[in-house]
Amino acid sequence: MTIGIVSYGAYVPRYRIKIEEIAQLWGDNAESLKNGLMVYEKSVPDIDEDAATIAVEAARYAMARSGVDPSRIGAVYTGSESHPYAVKPTSTIVAQAIGATPNMTAADFEFACKAGTAAIQACMGLVGSGMIDLGMAIGADVSQGAPGDALEYTAAAGGVACLIGRKESELAAIIEDTYSFTTDTPDFWRREGMPYPEHGGRFTGEPGYFKHVTNGAKGLLKKLGTKPEDYDYAVFHQPNGKFPTKAAKTLGFTKAQIAPGLVVPKIGNTYSGSCLMGIAATLDQAKPGDRIFATAFGSGAGSDAFSITVTDRIEEIRNRAPTVSELIKDPIYIDYARYAKHKGKIRRA
Amino acid sequence: MSSVPRFWRSLGSRYNLEGTHCKECGEYFYPPRNFCVNCRRVGHIESYKFKGTGEIISYTLIHTSAEGFEDQAPYTLAIIQLDEGPRLTSQVIGDPEKIHIGMRVRSVFRRLGEDGEHGMIYYGTKFVPADE
Repeated sequence: MTIGIVSYGAYVPRYRIKIEEIAQLWGDNAESLKNGLMVYEKSVPDIDEDAATIAVEAARYAMARSGVDPSRIGAVYTGSESHPYAVKPTSTIVAQAIGATPNMTAADFEFACKAGTAAIQACMGLVGSGMIDLGMAIGADVSQGAPGDALEYTAAAGGVACLIGRKESELAAIIEDTYSFTTDTPDFWRREGMPYPEHGGRFTGEPGYFKHVTNGAKGLLKKLGTKPEDYDYAVFHQPNGKFPTKAAKTLGFTKAQIAPGLVVPKIGNTYSGSCLMGIAATLDQAKPGDRIFATAFGSGAGSDAFSITVTDRIEEIRNRAPTVSELIKDPIYIDYARYAKHKGKIRRA
Repeated sequence: MSSVPRFWRSLGSRYNLEGTHCKECGEYFYPPRNFCVNCRRVGHIESYKFKGTGEIISYTLIHTSAEGFEDQAPYTLAIIQLDEGPRLTSQVIGDPEKIHIGMRVRSVFRRLGEDGEHGMIYYGTKFVPADE
């Protein structure tokens, strides 16, 4: 059974805030932050945007690329750590807005930054077993960083939708296999009703990100019997520019392999959209036959690795919706005050 | 803003610009009409999803906002003629300085409002300049 990506769509809000703008407020050194994080600016949602609107825009672009009848979609799963409702699914909003309702199932996923790839795996299972024809998996976030916290320099907004199917003539990319590595690791969390997440500082690095990303990636390479040099591109979850670059090097992937998918320097960490944004940016320029290795990471903690081969169909569908580079060009830069208003950090009395 | 059932009844037209079309005379209706005003009894109404593209017929810049829209002021409200013909009033997102009569626009999915922090969030259609 061949399972793969029928179509994909990305969305990034128009607004950006530069690292300098945040650093000058808190008295931090912008240059050392930029060098350390390899992030220069991050996306900021408009006042009327949230994870649901971003998920809808991404899913609509995926539908525009696919050209398929939305009633064929049997499942819509949206992964996010910033669902607008605590109780009431984002996925029903998305499903209604793409015309997939009512003969389908839906649920929301949460696994920090890898909820979107967890949704892809769920869709792969349902599609592969024949339970559904097509599944829409989305990762979308308007992530939160507390004022003055290190996360404020990277917590951004964006989302990516992937339509998963099994009809070979429809696949733009084949997902050869997936592998996950999961442990109970409290590196990052947000309690019910709390506006901002807490994290373990440096603890998020080795025992969180690197342990899970490298084990997940190695597990898949071993399972498939492939090596880093068998792939044309690689994407690793990008909470900043430094982590995926270091993970790639440790695993034996080159800078050239990760370059097309490394979008974090310009838009920040889009959380549930992060790894998928890298996959989308890579699909935007990959050629038929190219192989992509991707590993998503979610705090808490776990990783999902994927081995993907691009098909001839990519050329047909690519230009039916905006590419990631088209989405992120021409940003509107805002100051901290406007950013704080957009994010609800300051409120009208 | 409005009651939950009232909003829910119009989800289709708010989310997806669902209207109607008369197969007899060809006229499009938004919001949807289930009876053609031109053909009356001989009309044949079918549901129709608008493409979401159109142009600005007229607009105004709101400085003193309606309740719930304070944080967005100043914002643009425009009468938009959809390419299929019907006109509707909607917020147009973008630099008010650049908005002009005849400007091409396209629909996007945004939050229209909410019933306070505890209430329902209302989603639906707004417009942005077509080249964005």
